[in-house]
Amino acid sequence: MDTAGDVLRQSLPAMDAGELHVLAVDDSHVDRKVIERLLRISSCKVTVVDSGTRALQYLGLDGEKSSIGLDSVKVNLIMTDYSMPGMTGYELLKKIKQESSVFREIPVVVMSSENILTRIDSCLEEGAEDFLLKPVKLSDVKRLTDFIMRGGEKKVEQRCQKRSRSDDCSSSLSTAFSLVSHPCDLSSSPVLSTLSPSAMSSKKSRL
Amino acid sequence: MDGGIIQPQRHLVDYTASLFDEGFLDEQFNQLELLQDESNPDFVVEVVTLFFQDAERLLDELTKALGQASIDFKKLDAHVHQLKGSSSSVGAQRVHKACISFRNSCEEKNIEGCLKSLQQVRHEYSLVKSKLETLFKMEQQLSAASGSFSR
Repeated sequence: MDTAGDVLRQSLPAMDAGELHVLAVDDSHVDRKVIERLLRISSCKVTVVDSGTRALQYLGLDGEKSSIGLDSVKVNLIMTDYSMPGMTGYELLKKIKQESSVFREIPVVVMSSENILTRIDSCLEEGAEDFLLKPVKLSDVKRLTDFIMRGGEKKVEQRCQKRSRSDDCSSSLSTAFSLVSHPCDLSSSPVLSTLSPSAMSSKKSRL
Repeated sequence: MDGGIIQPQRHLVDYTASLFDEGFLDEQFNQLELLQDESNPDFVVEVVTLFFQDAERLLDELTKALGQASIDFKKLDAHVHQLKGSSSSVGAQRVHKACISFRNSCEEKNIEGCLKSLQQVRHEYSLVKSKLETLFKMEQQLSAASGSFSR
């Protein structure tokens, strides 16, 4: 009998050879080139689009198809610029998080050149996984991809700004998350408590 | 002997250092260099070229927008924001700073200020463009001369 865990594991894309597939969204040509390279160097598969509309199209969420099968989910992480003409990154974030399907489980990271606390807070409140200040650095991307690969969980406690991130692991975990990022986890029970002690401690020391 | 590349190599290092010392470039430029390797040997030139294209387009748009009878400050600000972003992404620090003050003038709906800022941004852009082109030329000459010694 399938557990809810197994169902989710089947629906979300298994990472090819431990490779994250990242969808990057930015209206700036320069920034698209940079983020693509940052992600490729960090061993990710990358798809880059220039608008929120195109991102939704790529994900199959633009309402064009009548029935979106769960197997059409293709990405493990979405990184979006905040300020874009048309649909902002914030609006894209909201649209994804409002989905009543596996799509809302895809972590979304917002990038912005502007360090505006209210902006950061509203993104985090809408469910953004993280908020990165531009220009995004290699160390930012490495930290982020490591975090997602290790089965990053959503922090439900007080969210801090990027640079003053707390070290504490959130005690209430999104189990869907541990499932997303551990397709190779052979144990049938998907909760975090089954992780080895070393994985747990490395989680605590990161971020 | 490799005497033929020591001088040019030194020259390149000094020139690059001066660009940082004089504030034309900042740490982000170094970040871009980290992304360049044998598999992507022209990455920095490619990104900077995109920046040049972007900047020229935006400077044209800004000139046009400031030439209107009735100035749309929101549109103006949007263009400056874009230029601010791409200059920041390549480490063109002085252009980036000039854009910040341009945005302030937009916010204040200060036409005089905007005109001055546009002039300043244009000036900084043409400076950094010529310096980066010089830098790339030096790198090209060095790599042609040194073959296996090139970065």
